[in-house]
Amino acid sequence: MYSEKVMETFAHPQNVGVIEDADGVGTVGNPTCGDIMKIYLKIDKDTDVIRDAKFQTFGCAAAIASSSMATGMIIGKSVDDALKIKNRDVVEALEGLPPQKIHCSVLAEEAIKLAVDDYRKKQGKS
Amino acid sequence: MKVYLDHAATTYTDPEVFEAMKPYFCEVFGNASSLHGFGREAARAVDKARGQVAAALGCKPSEVYFTSGGTESDNWALKGIMHAHTDKGRHLITSKIEHHAVLHACEQLEKEGFEVTYVDVDENGKIRMDQLEAAIRPDTVLVSVMAANNEVGTVQPIGEIAKLCKAKGVLFHTDAVQAVGSLPLNVSEQGIDLLSLSAHKFYGPKGVGALIVRNGVRLDKLIIGGAQERSMRGGTTNTPGIVGLGEAIARAVGGMEENNAHVRALRDHFIDRVQKEIPDLRLNGHPTDRLPNNVNFSFEYVEGESILMTLDLKGIAVSSGSACTSGSLDPSHVLLAMGVPVELAHGSIRFTFGRRNTLEETDYTVEVLKETLQNLRAMSPLFNPQRGEIKHV
Repeated sequence: MYSEKVMETFAHPQNVGVIEDADGVGTVGNPTCGDIMKIYLKIDKDTDVIRDAKFQTFGCAAAIASSSMATGMIIGKSVDDALKIKNRDVVEALEGLPPQKIHCSVLAEEAIKLAVDDYRKKQGKS
Repeated sequence: MKVYLDHAATTYTDPEVFEAMKPYFCEVFGNASSLHGFGREAARAVDKARGQVAAALGCKPSEVYFTSGGTESDNWALKGIMHAHTDKGRHLITSKIEHHAVLHACEQLEKEGFEVTYVDVDENGKIRMDQLEAAIRPDTVLVSVMAANNEVGTVQPIGEIAKLCKAKGVLFHTDAVQAVGSLPLNVSEQGIDLLSLSAHKFYGPKGVGALIVRNGVRLDKLIIGGAQERSMRGGTTNTPGIVGLGEAIARAVGGMEENNAHVRALRDHFIDRVQKEIPDLRLNGHPTDRLPNNVNFSFEYVEGESILMTLDLKGIAVSSGSACTSGSLDPSHVLLAMGVPVELAHGSIRFTFGRRNTLEETDYTVEVLKETLQNLRAMSPLFNPQRGEIKHV
């Protein structure tokens, strides 16, 4: 049911962890529905470029693979460009997700958006 | 190393059972309903299997009806009995932790205007006998309670339930799909009116099962067609499957003590090591009164499917009660009915041992499981290694 890319990404997730002095943090989901995704961003304040991104995820293989893929996709991008990444882009990069797992990619998109919102709020730019 | 720990999902077919089935594909291929010699030879093999089932379960051969498996047997028992007894009433009682074959058949009956009472279970998964007794009414036709649960392995007091039903003049069906070959069953001694079983749970082939119906119990047909199974179940007789079922049940019941001792030793060793070596978990199901091959754990801070998939990457096959494996949004209805908190139900894993498993495989699984949980917990926003407790986000 999972693509090779999902299994490979799940087996070797990138960007796992916490950024202690993160400039933006976004958390989506709750334990009752079985998914929590927390994304931490380190952002260059002069250029708005995402220098580092890390994640912590409680969830299925698709949720973990989506977190890994999505954080990988935004590192090096400006926050504006990061916000342009939609869940479909994450699904595409993972070479597809089963229909009932599409919501995992939506969580990744939302967590990034919340982390950027958090950054902008802290910067007084929101 | 490849380790199969999902025997409650299905077992391999015993090679000797397969050997017994082989002649009935290409050589003895006759239709068991045909009058000629080809047919009669097939019919003799089916009769032998019917006798094997009857001997294994303490019933008469005339009480054995072959079906396509557990789901058909459960559907037939519930719908067949309820439809045939509307003169008495339209009420049926079951438990909240039945297999979906029973629960979804109940939902269908509710749509048809029947009334169903779903009795609670306690925290170990045992049926609340007081509630069951109180639920029986003058218009109650049937009580259906599984002999042993497929997810947590909890064994139900079916002898006691059968006695209660008899005293109240109510029919009793038990879904014994997980119990055959693991628990001693005797249909006539225990007073069971109907019993469902499926061959692929006890080292027989898939796609064949049986419904035992005590003589004198009236039920409607589910599958209508030819005059097979004494005109009670249409469809060309599955001779090779039935031969396999007969051989498998004879072996499973004959070798039950030896098999149970083997899987119980591995299972208990596994529980012991896991409880000692992995923190923050919960054993789901009854601590002792459970199927000898079953163990079900909830691991805190992690989601079950991610554990399942990680174990799979290491060659270990298990199953999970998490919503992510079922395709629905809710985790296991069995764990929720037992009062397991939702987040723990999401982190549940079932390990079911079988004849071929070894101590080496069991120890390998413990080692892989330890590493898996360390890695997944390190990744979890709920896990705070400093405090070792749930961090609310």
